[in-house]
Amino acid sequence: MARVTVTGKNKGDILLFALSTCVWCGKTKKLLDDLGVAYTYEYVDLLTGGERDAAVQELSKWNPSKSFPTLVFNNDKTIVGFREAEIKEALK
Amino acid sequence: MTEKPGTRAVDRLYETLDADARQGGYNLNPEAEFTRSLVEGLLTNTARYGYQACPCRLASGERAQDLDIICPCDYRDPDLNDYGACFCALYVSAEVLQGKRKLGSVPERRGKLVEKKEDITGCGALIKLSQPVWRCKVCGYLCGREEPPEVCPICKASKERFERFV
Repeated sequence: MARVTVTGKNKGDILLFALSTCVWCGKTKKLLDDLGVAYTYEYVDLLTGGERDAAVQELSKWNPSKSFPTLVFNNDKTIVGFREAEIKEALK
Repeated sequence: MTEKPGTRAVDRLYETLDADARQGGYNLNPEAEFTRSLVEGLLTNTARYGYQACPCRLASGERAQDLDIICPCDYRDPDLNDYGACFCALYVSAEVLQGKRKLGSVPERRGKLVEKKEDITGCGALIKLSQPVWRCKVCGYLCGREEPPEVCPICKASKERFERFV
């Protein structure tokens, strides 16, 4: 599965690295949906081979422990884990 | 993509995990819907990889590489101590269960080097044991016998999760 873009309010470039089986990733995704912002997500566990390796490599640049969910804002700021208050603050 | 596990399969595993947790002195997360989703993730991973890798971690697909993240993972107990929940929050501490502590995001402990504990063997006494001692890397259960048990009687982790302790 490739990256999926969700339409909504433009709050900058928002990229979510997630796992399809992860409940905290699901909560993060739902929060973004509820806030109505535009973002792109990728279920890394649904990728295979080279695609998965490339995604993990990209993720490790932002979050060396390669954990999920990882949110990347404007190729700059990162929030690791479902940190509701921090995410809301970043999207104000 | 793997098929979504059925409701009955989720119920069954949920019941088993709950019974095992209670018997071993652990607690599943009391939020039933949340916990059901995690159990569903465990079943999805079992169908996908052949073992119940943590639903909140990326499994490699190689059992030997993922042993530490097979649920219950090697990090559950230290995370319960430090954060009141394991990484995915399937298991919670009594404090969280009783509402005395709030659940927050648990940082990933996997791959981080653990500070070397003081050398506990250096107590001066030389002990000769008739049997090797095996330690469950998940819950710390110790037993003195030639081989570790097939399944840990406390946390149900498999034989390969044991290490030689003494």
